[in-house]
Amino acid sequence: MSVSNLLENWSEFRHKHPVEDVPHDPYKWAMSIDLDACTGCNACSVACYAENNLPVVGKEKYAHGQAMHWMRIERYWPEDDREFPDQGAQFLPMMCQQCEAAPCETVCPVGATNHTPDGLNSQVYNRCIGSRYCSANCPFKVRYFNWYDYPTTENVWPAEMTQQLNPDITLRGKGVMEKCTFCIQRIRVGQRSVKNEGRVLRDGEVQTACQQVCPTNAITFGNLIDTESKVHQQWKAQRVELAVDEQTKDKEEGGSDLRGYRILEELRPYPSVMYMERVRESAI
Amino acid sequence: MKDIREDIAWAKINKDVLKSLESPRKLYWAILTVAIAMVAVAVGCEVYQYNVGMGVANMDNPHVWGLYIATFIFWIGMSHSGTLLSAILHLMHADWRKPIYRFAEAMTTFSLMTAGLFVAVHLGRVWQIYYALPYPNERGVWPNFQSPLLWDAMAIFTYLSSSILFLYVGMIPDLAICRDNIHSGWRKKLYTLLSLGWEGTDRQWRNFRITYLTIACFLIPLAVSVHSIVSSDFASSQQPGWHITSFGPYFVAGALYSGCAAIITLFIILRYVFKFEEYMTLPILKKVVRLTFAIAMVWTYLNLIEYATVWYSHDEASKHVLIMKATGVYAPFWWMMNFCGSIVPLVMAFKRFQTNIPVMMVVSLLLNLGMWLERWMIVAPTFADGYYPWTWDHDQWPSFVQWGIVFGSFGWFTLLFMVFCKIFPSVSMYEVKEMVYHRSLANKKLEVTGMQESGKGAH
Repeated sequence: MSVSNLLENWSEFRHKHPVEDVPHDPYKWAMSIDLDACTGCNACSVACYAENNLPVVGKEKYAHGQAMHWMRIERYWPEDDREFPDQGAQFLPMMCQQCEAAPCETVCPVGATNHTPDGLNSQVYNRCIGSRYCSANCPFKVRYFNWYDYPTTENVWPAEMTQQLNPDITLRGKGVMEKCTFCIQRIRVGQRSVKNEGRVLRDGEVQTACQQVCPTNAITFGNLIDTESKVHQQWKAQRVELAVDEQTKDKEEGGSDLRGYRILEELRPYPSVMYMERVRESAI
Repeated sequence: MKDIREDIAWAKINKDVLKSLESPRKLYWAILTVAIAMVAVAVGCEVYQYNVGMGVANMDNPHVWGLYIATFIFWIGMSHSGTLLSAILHLMHADWRKPIYRFAEAMTTFSLMTAGLFVAVHLGRVWQIYYALPYPNERGVWPNFQSPLLWDAMAIFTYLSSSILFLYVGMIPDLAICRDNIHSGWRKKLYTLLSLGWEGTDRQWRNFRITYLTIACFLIPLAVSVHSIVSSDFASSQQPGWHITSFGPYFVAGALYSGCAAIITLFIILRYVFKFEEYMTLPILKKVVRLTFAIAMVWTYLNLIEYATVWYSHDEASKHVLIMKATGVYAPFWWMMNFCGSIVPLVMAFKRFQTNIPVMMVVSLLLNLGMWLERWMIVAPTFADGYYPWTWDHDQWPSFVQWGIVFGSFGWFTLLFMVFCKIFPSVSMYEVKEMVYHRSLANKKLEVTGMQESGKGAH
C-alpha cells in the first residue's frame, strides 16, 4: 500500500510550482508590509510570542543568537555621515516569507516541511528530526531551532503564567525546528467555520496576530486569489506578481514610483510577502 | 632500494605478522589507553548534549551547522584512500600496495563508522533517526527523496557495507593462517568461524580471486559517488560559498588527500608499534609520499579554481563570503588551511625528506590538520557571512561540547583501528608472499638472461 503510494503520488506531491502550475485555489495566503508605516515598536513580535507560545529564552541565550522570535524587527542604518541621535534606524519586520519555491522544503531529509495547498510553508513538528538543513538553506534565516527543551526550562513560562499559553498551539520540545506559520491555527479555524456555511473566507475574517496588533496597520494579510482583498489590491497596485523573479519596479529605467518589492527575489524562492519601500526619511 | 627483500621465507612472514596479534610494543597499550580516555570525553559531552539539548554546543541561528558536519566530512574523506590503495591500485597491478593495503582498508571502514556517528551526534532528535530511512509503514510516509542528506545516508551506508565486505573477503586466506597457527582460545574459534573452511585449494583460490576482483570493481564507483554526494549537500544548496559547481571533484580530491596523509601517519605508527620494519619499508613509504604529493597538487589546483570561479563570477554574495574567509573571524584558520594544504606538502617533493620518518610524521599530521580546517572553512564561514546581513554579527564560536566530541572522535577511530590490528593481521600475509615470490622470480629471470637489474623492482 505505502509502496504504491510512493510510486504513484511522489511527483504530484512535489510538483506544485508557482510558475508552471495553476496557482492555489481558492486560497493563497500572502502578506504585504508597508515599511513607511512601520515604527519598529515590536508589538507584532510580542503578539507573536503570545499567540504562538514562543519561549522567552532570556538575556544570555538571546545574546548567543538563540532567540525564538518568529517575527523579528531588524534595524538598519543607512550609510550616511550622521550619527545616532540625528539618524534613526530603518526597521524591517521579518518572518517566514512562505516561499512558493521554498529552499527549505526540498532539502529536509524527512519531508517535515512541506507546501500546503493554500500556499503556506508548513512545518510538521512530529516529523522533524532536527538536521537543521532547512535553516542552513533558508536565505532569510527565519527558522528557529529548539536548542533546549524550553517547555521544561526554568523561567521560560513560570508556573503562574502557563494559564496564558494558547491552547490552540502545541508546545515544541527540544530538537525541533519551528517558524512563522502565518498563524495557521487561526486560518484553519476560519476555514472550517465558513465551510459549514458553504462559502470561502472573506477578507479580514482571519487576521494574523502581528497584523491584529500593529498600531499603524503596516501589516496586511489576506487571500491573494480574492480580488476584493486588501492584500490583492496592494500587490496589484504595486504591480508585484507572485510568479516572477523581477518586479516592474526594478525593471523601470531611471527609478520608479512603485514601492513594492520582495526580499532576495533574485534567488527565486518566490516569497509570499511583499514589502513596500520606505518613503520618509528615517525617524529622527 | 628494493620495496621488499626477496629472500624472506614464507614461514618468517607468517611468524612476523602473527606476532603482531600477540606481542606488540608497550606503546600499543599506551595508545589504547589514551584512545579510551578520549572516547570517554566524547561520550561525556554527548550525554550532556543529549540531555540538555543542542544549545550546549553553542550553535545558534544562523550557525546551525558546526564542527559536527565539518568533522563528518573529514571522516568520510579519510575513508577514500583505503579504497584507492586496495581497489584502484589492485586493478592497476601496483604490487607495492600489498603490505600496506590491509590497514588502509581497515581505515576506510573505521573512519566511515566514525563519520556515521557524527550524523547521529548532529541531529536534534537522534532518537527519531529512523525517520530518515525509507521503511514501508502504514502511514505511507516516506523520507524526502529530493534531499541530499538522504542521498548521503544511502551512499554512506552502501559504501560502509561494501567496504566491510571487501575488507573481510580479502582477509579470508589470512584468517585461515591465523586459525592454523594460533593457540586455542576464543580467537581460534573466531578465526575458524570467519575463515569459512578455507583450505587453499585451487578451486577456492579461483573463486576467491574472482570475488575479490568483483568487489574491487564495485567499490571504486562507490568511493567516488559517496564523496560527490556529500559535496552535493553543499553544492545543491542555495547558500553563497556552498553553491559551487566544482565541489564534486574538489571534495573527492580533498578526500583522497587527507586519506593518503592518514595512511602515512598510520604507516609510521604501525611500523614501529608492531615491528613491521621488514614489510612496511622505506621505499614503500616513498611511493606513498609521492602519491600524496601528486594528490596534494591536484587538490591545490582545484582549490585555486574554486577561488577563481567565485572571484570572477561577480556573484556578490559568494565573493563576500570568500573575502570574509580571508579577512573575517575565520581568517587565521583559513590561512592555516591554505598553508597546511598547499605549502606544507612541498616538503614531500624533496627526496631526502620522503623517507625521513620524523619529518613525514609531522608533515602528514599537518596535512590532515589542513584538511580538517578545509572542511570547517567550507561549512562555517557561509553562516557567518551569508545572504542575510542581520545574521552577520552572531556568536559563532563552538563550545567545549563540540570540541570535546570532535576530539573524542579521533580517539574512537584510534580505538577501533588499534583493536582491529591486534585481532586481525594488519599486513596481508598471502599477498606479501606473492609479492616476494614474484620479485624473486623476476630476479632469477634477470640472472638467467644476464640483464642488469634496473633497481626499480620487477613488475
